[in-house]
Amino acid sequence: MDTALLEQHFNEKIDQDIRIEPKDWMPDHYRKTLIRQISQHAHSEIVGMLPEANWITRAPSLRRKAAALAKVQDEAGHGLYLYSACETLGVDRDDLFADLHSGKAKYSSIFNYPTLTWADMGAIGWLVDGAAIMNQVPLCRASYGPYARAMVRVCKEESFHQRQGYEIMLTLCNGSDEQKKMAQDALNRWWWPSLMMFGPTDKDSKHTEQSMRWRIKRFTNDELRQKFVDVTVPQAELLGLTVPDKDLKWNEERGHYDFGEIDWKEFFNVISGNGPCNKQRIEARKSAWDNGAWVREAANAHAEKKAKRKAA
Amino acid sequence: MQDQNKFNYIIQQADNCLILGQRLAELCGHGPVLEQDIATTNISLDLIGQARLFYQYAAELQEEGKTEDDLAYLRDAWDFKNVLLVEQPNGDFGKTIFRQFLYDTFSCYFYEELMKSSDERLASIAAKSHKETLYHMKWSGDWVIRLGDGTEESHNRIQQSVNELWSYKDEIISVNAVDQEAEKAGYGVSLELIKEKRNEKIKAVLEEATLTTPEGDYAHKGGKEGTHSEHLGFILADLQFLQRAYPGNEW
Ligand SMILES: [Fe+2]
Ligand SMILES: [Fe+2]
Repeated sequence: MDTALLEQHFNEKIDQDIRIEPKDWMPDHYRKTLIRQISQHAHSEIVGMLPEANWITRAPSLRRKAAALAKVQDEAGHGLYLYSACETLGVDRDDLFADLHSGKAKYSSIFNYPTLTWADMGAIGWLVDGAAIMNQVPLCRASYGPYARAMVRVCKEESFHQRQGYEIMLTLCNGSDEQKKMAQDALNRWWWPSLMMFGPTDKDSKHTEQSMRWRIKRFTNDELRQKFVDVTVPQAELLGLTVPDKDLKWNEERGHYDFGEIDWKEFFNVISGNGPCNKQRIEARKSAWDNGAWVREAANAHAEKKAKRKAA
Repeated sequence: MQDQNKFNYIIQQADNCLILGQRLAELCGHGPVLEQDIATTNISLDLIGQARLFYQYAAELQEEGKTEDDLAYLRDAWDFKNVLLVEQPNGDFGKTIFRQFLYDTFSCYFYEELMKSSDERLASIAAKSHKETLYHMKWSGDWVIRLGDGTEESHNRIQQSVNELWSYKDEIISVNAVDQEAEKAGYGVSLELIKEKRNEKIKAVLEEATLTTPEGDYAHKGGKEGTHSEHLGFILADLQFLQRAYPGNEW
């Protein structure tokens, strides 16, 4: 079959919402775009472990400590499913790590912000996992089978994380003045970076159109961002917290909240490496990887010896 | 207080679980490979879970209206009765593994005996914990073997950790007054019995790992009586920070 015919067949499947599976023919550009998107997502999961891991040893109760451990462990699991989904496209996990460590591969910029108080554990669950859900639920219907299936598992856990984060915020907001202050401070710091998680505006998003055509993206960045604001603002009100945006206002006519302009200069700065923790995050991943080299080598060597002994 | 000795007996093990769980929690996100990061986090989670069950029971026996968190967060180092082994720093992966293995080879047989405790509550906590530690001991034992048998570098590194931790291996099976009374009363276990099984297991794994058993049997002690290494103060500073800085709050 020639390429044109294969491509026509591929497009028909996409249009009919028939899943593309690893052994199916797919355009090179589709494969590459998926590898970029899925690996970026996988990297985000494992870099995302770091800001929260920062508070596990200081969690204020044993129940919270256990929940925090379980949450960060879930994120590691998400990383695993997503790297596996990526490997079905013919890339190697170790090569993906190499790209992360060299700075070639990107991950969600939100994790380049520091976790400064315990309330950040609440704010991250509530806002960051909340935004992740907005982004990811539509991907449960993504055209690439392994990706869509990974997303189904991931989304179930993310919504649990979101509720857990909100519950941390609620407890703080029902607590002492200092605890309320912590909660408000966390919202102040995490609100705008959370809105940035949806990426540049539609007019500046270079991949959107093609990705929507391929159904590996189902809504535009601005649509998802609006949805997030609409859902999250009433939740903030319920907590008794103030969203740090003086332009935020319900628009009766549109049936949506209007909100202020994102500081895109900050957004592009953080993406290009100048966020408060970019260097530390990559350094932490790199040193974990480098310090683990002898362990991985040992495991391989032992497995080989064992196989040889068995064969002998 | 219903039974001071039972309280002390429970606290010894609760503190072991908490402090080792806390040490492993430091590693979360920094493992040598994703699967092992998940494994150490999982063991940490199990240990924190076990600590909670013990503290909850201890708090009930205390009858002072305290909670598991009061016991974990509001005691100072001298009240902690964990062994020195579990407060040792993580070191490299080999040291983490061997510390874990020394602990698991105790806790697994300890719970196996404690399941027969005359105290039903202790027996049921032990039964639940035993299932978990069986998995932990398999994991840490397999890694001792992997590292010992793996490459020259891994062999040397884990041997180094074996040598370093060797003097911390026996405090955990040393009998103090609390253990004696607990065994006599029927809710405690015989540490002598555990010692034999444990030593055999350690010997077998070191052998399979082609590692050398260190000479000398000097044992560092003090933890079980509340005299700790310099590490514990820092562990508690980290663990207890929020409860100390903002006392009396719900979290
Ligand atoms: Fe996740
Ligand atoms: Fe999550």
